[in-house]
Amino acid sequence: MLTITGPLSEDFWCQDTTARKMRRFLRPGHDPVRERLKRDLFQFNKTVEHGFPHQPSALGYSPFLRLMAIGTRSGAIKLYGAPGVEFMGLHEENNTVMQIHFIPDQCQLVTLLDDNSLHLWSLKQHNEASELREEHRFTLKGPPGSPPSATQITAVLPHSSREVLYLGTESGNIFVVELPSFRVLEDRTITSEAVLQRVQEDYSNRRSCELVEALQEHPKNPDQILIGYSRGLIVLWDLQNNKVTHHFLGSQQLENLYWQRDGSKFISCHYDGSYTQWPVSSDNRQPEPLENLVPYGPFPCKAISKIYWQTTKNGLPYIIFQGGMPRASYGDRHSISVVHGSQQTAFDFTSRVIDFFIIFSSEPTAEFDDPSAMVVLAEEELVVIDLKTAGWPAVHPPYLASLHCSAITCSHHVSNIPLKLWERIISAGSKQNIHYSNMPWPIDGGTNIAPDPPQRDLLLTGHEDGTVRFWDASGVCLHLLYKLSTVRVFLTDADPNDNMNTLGEDEWPPLRKVGTFDPYSDDPRLGIQKIYLCKYSGYLAVAGTAGQVLVMELNDEDAEHVVDHAEADLLQDQEGYRWKGHEKLKTRDGPVRFEAGFQPFVLVQCQPPAVVTSLALHSEWKLVAFGTSHGFGLFDHQQKRLVFVKCTLHPSDQLALEGPLSRVKSLKKSLRQSFRRIRRSRVSSRKRRGGSGNASEEMELAPVQRKIEARSAEDSFTGFVRTLYFADTFLRDSSRHCPSLWAGTNGGTVYAFCLRVPPAERRMDEPVRAEQAKEIQLMHRAPVVGILVLDGRSTPLPEPLEVAHDLSKSPDMQGSHQLLVVSEEQFKVFTLPKVSSKLKLKLTALEGCRVRKVTVANFGSCKTDDYSENDLAVLTNLGDIQIISLPFLKLQIRYPCIRKEDVSGIASCVFTKYGQGFYLISPSEFERFSLSTKWLVEPRCVVDMPEVTSNNLVHKSGMENAVRKSRGSGRSLGDYGEDERKSGRLMEHALLNDEKVLKEIQSTLEGGRGSYAERNLARSPLGHGLSNGGAD
Amino acid sequence: QFGAEFRRFSLDRYKPGKFEDFYKLILHIHHIANLEVMIGYADVHGDLLPINNDDNFFKAVSSAHPLLRVFIQRQDEVDYSNFGTNTLSRKKKALVTLRNDNLRRRPHINISMPHDFRPVSSIIDVDILPETHRRVRLYRHGCEKPLGFYIRDGTSVRVTPHGLEKVPGIFISRMVPGGLAESTGLLAVNDEVLEVNGIEVAGKTLDQVTDMMIANSHNLIITVKPANQRNNIIRSSRMSGSSGQSTDSTASHHSLSTSHVLQNFHPDEMESDEEADIVIEGGLEPQHIPKLHSLTSSGLSRINGSSLSHRLQRDLVLNNNSGRESNGNIHKLLSSLKTDPRHSLVIPRGGIEEDGTVITL
Repeated sequence: MLTITGPLSEDFWCQDTTARKMRRFLRPGHDPVRERLKRDLFQFNKTVEHGFPHQPSALGYSPFLRLMAIGTRSGAIKLYGAPGVEFMGLHEENNTVMQIHFIPDQCQLVTLLDDNSLHLWSLKQHNEASELREEHRFTLKGPPGSPPSATQITAVLPHSSREVLYLGTESGNIFVVELPSFRVLEDRTITSEAVLQRVQEDYSNRRSCELVEALQEHPKNPDQILIGYSRGLIVLWDLQNNKVTHHFLGSQQLENLYWQRDGSKFISCHYDGSYTQWPVSSDNRQPEPLENLVPYGPFPCKAISKIYWQTTKNGLPYIIFQGGMPRASYGDRHSISVVHGSQQTAFDFTSRVIDFFIIFSSEPTAEFDDPSAMVVLAEEELVVIDLKTAGWPAVHPPYLASLHCSAITCSHHVSNIPLKLWERIISAGSKQNIHYSNMPWPIDGGTNIAPDPPQRDLLLTGHEDGTVRFWDASGVCLHLLYKLSTVRVFLTDADPNDNMNTLGEDEWPPLRKVGTFDPYSDDPRLGIQKIYLCKYSGYLAVAGTAGQVLVMELNDEDAEHVVDHAEADLLQDQEGYRWKGHEKLKTRDGPVRFEAGFQPFVLVQCQPPAVVTSLALHSEWKLVAFGTSHGFGLFDHQQKRLVFVKCTLHPSDQLALEGPLSRVKSLKKSLRQSFRRIRRSRVSSRKRRGGSGNASEEMELAPVQRKIEARSAEDSFTGFVRTLYFADTFLRDSSRHCPSLWAGTNGGTVYAFCLRVPPAERRMDEPVRAEQAKEIQLMHRAPVVGILVLDGRSTPLPEPLEVAHDLSKSPDMQGSHQLLVVSEEQFKVFTLPKVSSKLKLKLTALEGCRVRKVTVANFGSCKTDDYSENDLAVLTNLGDIQIISLPFLKLQIRYPCIRKEDVSGIASCVFTKYGQGFYLISPSEFERFSLSTKWLVEPRCVVDMPEVTSNNLVHKSGMENAVRKSRGSGRSLGDYGEDERKSGRLMEHALLNDEKVLKEIQSTLEGGRGSYAERNLARSPLGHGLSNGGAD
Repeated sequence: QFGAEFRRFSLDRYKPGKFEDFYKLILHIHHIANLEVMIGYADVHGDLLPINNDDNFFKAVSSAHPLLRVFIQRQDEVDYSNFGTNTLSRKKKALVTLRNDNLRRRPHINISMPHDFRPVSSIIDVDILPETHRRVRLYRHGCEKPLGFYIRDGTSVRVTPHGLEKVPGIFISRMVPGGLAESTGLLAVNDEVLEVNGIEVAGKTLDQVTDMMIANSHNLIITVKPANQRNNIIRSSRMSGSSGQSTDSTASHHSLSTSHVLQNFHPDEMESDEEADIVIEGGLEPQHIPKLHSLTSSGLSRINGSSLSHRLQRDLVLNNNSGRESNGNIHKLLSSLKTDPRHSLVIPRGGIEEDGTVITL
């Protein structure tokens, strides 16, 4: 029978129309009040770069300021001191920074770029905080007609008089320039002819025209400098009389020089892997070497490129050198050897060593060096070795973390972590860090004057090797709290005995692996793709590349238990499909031992084992939902039972079925990978002005034609589940609300399931039931990237357990709920439970951009404490960030943020709940940005310039003490006792435990707030000189 | 007069019978046996299509899932040009047509009774565009053909106060044989794309323009500068932009045979592409679904957004009762808007579109 009818009598259109009318009146074109409010709410700043600088190229250290400087291949220079003390500058030229030299006893430094230009930077105080600014630039020019090599700078020596720089060149001449004007003092040039005057002829003939390899000032007599030429000749030059006082006729090609502290000896290191000690005395003007040693001989060795000679009270010196490994067997190692008496260790780094320095007693009156720590800048990480503690353990760096020690595959941010959970994560993490030294962070210059972070934030990163890292993202220093590995649950091919550290005791050379950078993944299937942490319950869900979903619980003790295992067949009864992708991971039978921390208790494996593309956890209902390219499922982790699965696959979609090995897809993938390679191999392109290289290359490779075709149901990957969402709302009728699960696919379909969760007392007895209630097909068929339910007050529904913990108002269940569906192209609000379209914003049709990321963020006003509102923070495929109001979907403001060519940057972006965000600017660095006027985490620090240079350290600490007292919230400072420093580093603990401290911090915060806005307003636009990594 | 009168009755899906019988049945049910009426139905896309012979009656019945919405109008009120142009889901279309109807109160040029077809493309806004430009509308709805064209980057030469200047532009690079774009004959390779649904593409990248076109693909309006300028419409000396839509549109109506509907481009057209998201209520009240229909899909399918049925209700009421005054008002409103289409595009969405009070069929 067929029913034919006229219009159905529907009652809602009337009220709907009234609502529409209302809205029209409420929608003014330009509202000055709103405009003013917008200024109080939104503001865009790139605040700080977290992680490890991409492609570092130079290292410098000032024992006076106790600041470290790192230069990069893209022309950035970053200064680091005590945790929180950070400065960033960018050379206009974007050329590689070759060398960094601090001017002794000054807040200044000189950089040498690969275009042979010198740049003078200084730290100046401005608005109470220090800023790094470029003061001068200079390029050494030779006489007309001279070859460029004549002025190619190879060595730089800032003289202790702070008035001149000595510049050694390829031609062998040494030029003298005045500071800070960079005026060349031509009459003081040290020519190679003058140096060679009194050298025997047969020696000088062989060794003319050599470049200056090293320049070192005499430690006691500032009028003497040691000059080393590349072919082996070393001379001591008297600046007063302009003549050579000593000649040291080395026979090997020279790499570097180092003075002993008292100036009676120096040491030279050579290309053949040897080092030589030379005496300096007034009676012998051309002495023979005291000792010549090839530490890893007798077979041919690699060059020793840098050497330190450090004296100690007990008489045994530390000799620390880079390289020198036997060529044939260990020539590929990146090592630094420390020799102290009979102890010798060759620290073995996983990436190339850029440079290193030793922190030792720099007080001029001290008799011995007494080295305390070695700081090594490797290409992919910073490693600090404690030389005072037996066994030379590594020091855990508070910043410059290698985010990419295994490639980052996803990230998840959780704001405002409850104290209890925070403490438990820290305590789990501290158990993992026992092998680290207890030494306080040795690079502790400057004072952090930024207000303490307003809340405890966690950034979780998932990695290719199956680990999840928990970062303290509350403040300027992104600090690793805890590392979780999911590998234990599975049987992998990796042989656990294949450990580089288990070398026997007699092993020679005595290599010891240090650092955490390990880009090699044993099994790509272990990769983490989605993370969801419930901060109230401590439940964590993690999903990976091979369709594995793990639910974990935080346990403060080690435990051994069996992980419950279930399989979810997402294809259900679909016939005739063959998965051609990777196999699912094999699980371990029997109980598994887990260390304290998050311990898995449930494993669900999707079948076919395709990558998990969406994940949602509801800790109150004890349910976890997961989706892949084939469908989605719901698992009850309380009863450990699969509730249901839903296949979303379109029958014609072969690509999704065949998995990642299918021919077409693998081509796509390999293309994508080659793009990624191009991107990675290039200098961090954000710093390349105009991004010319990268962009044009991609343009050339990409086809110049674009097909215009409507999306159809037959397109590939329409069943790909993009988003999952739990909501307690009115799904079926407007009188009863019920738990529901929402899923959105790539093909523009939204599925809604009505859930029946038994009450707590019968939770274990009755099964959770689900029933499909609705299926919405968006006609534009664009991928659904976000689903959200707004309550009767148009406020997004709170997170599970948020209300139970009194941290959110309970949702309004009286008024009618609304459903917001965000597709890549449109934002659309529907009424519930009818699901009739209420309003929409068609982003793509108007602007040609697509939504990549969307989150609800809460924006507070910087003017009044009691106003805040929820808006959508949206990142588009063009790299723009837009803020869109709720529930009226009006564009508030738009900021360009990421270059549109930076696909990985856009893909990695994660928003916080309070209008901040992170994205990867390189594989190893997160840029932090803020859209909020209220929540702004950026470095703010002071580096004090002592007035008296002698006994400066005493003075300096005095100054800082004063600063600290006035601020009341100073962190680790100059020269305090160990206890004091510890208190700074363990601030978190203090924060958590000590109520008094907490109050104090609060008062400081409130005190600081008033001036906060002013400071922000006063941010002056800067040129190339950036303060604190301010936006470029 | 037809008021809001609704009847629900059933037919055998597989034996619909003859149109004549159906016609009589309708007249009988509605007690309007003494009237000449035109019967139409709403197809899956929400378009109003006529029922006037056995074939399209059969098609109507077979496409009903599960409800067939039948619309009855008095014969002399029927505007034939209305059929097929998404009339139901696009109320504004109805408005525009009405206005045209008002302006030229002259005998309709009735080529033939449209049986079962709808337009696939049209040239619009001839009166307000420069003669060198052409605004083409492609109706993807109800057309099985793919849109079928490609675009590329290129350079275009513009006349500026400082002489000729080269600027980047977007061009049609290829037509898919048999595609909608090719079959209309209105677009050609090397035509420069100037606007997509009223939005200028200048300054946008190829990818952006691609995304915009795809986002609008169900109702794509592109303004091009044809590479071949010889087929342009030759107009009288009147400058573009001046009003006088009626004569212009009539003129162009005669000069163009490609499409039988010719309308001014109007902001509403932008909005009128109101897509209907399909909502399927899953197995809620299974007793409402007749057994036969469970073959089709799960339950009651409702066209959302435009809510066909109640719109019709309004439509009928207004058409017959409120009459011309409201139409006049709307006409004023529309003509005030249409003088500067660029400007009216920035009217807040929903401003006009959502105004559901003055609709006619």
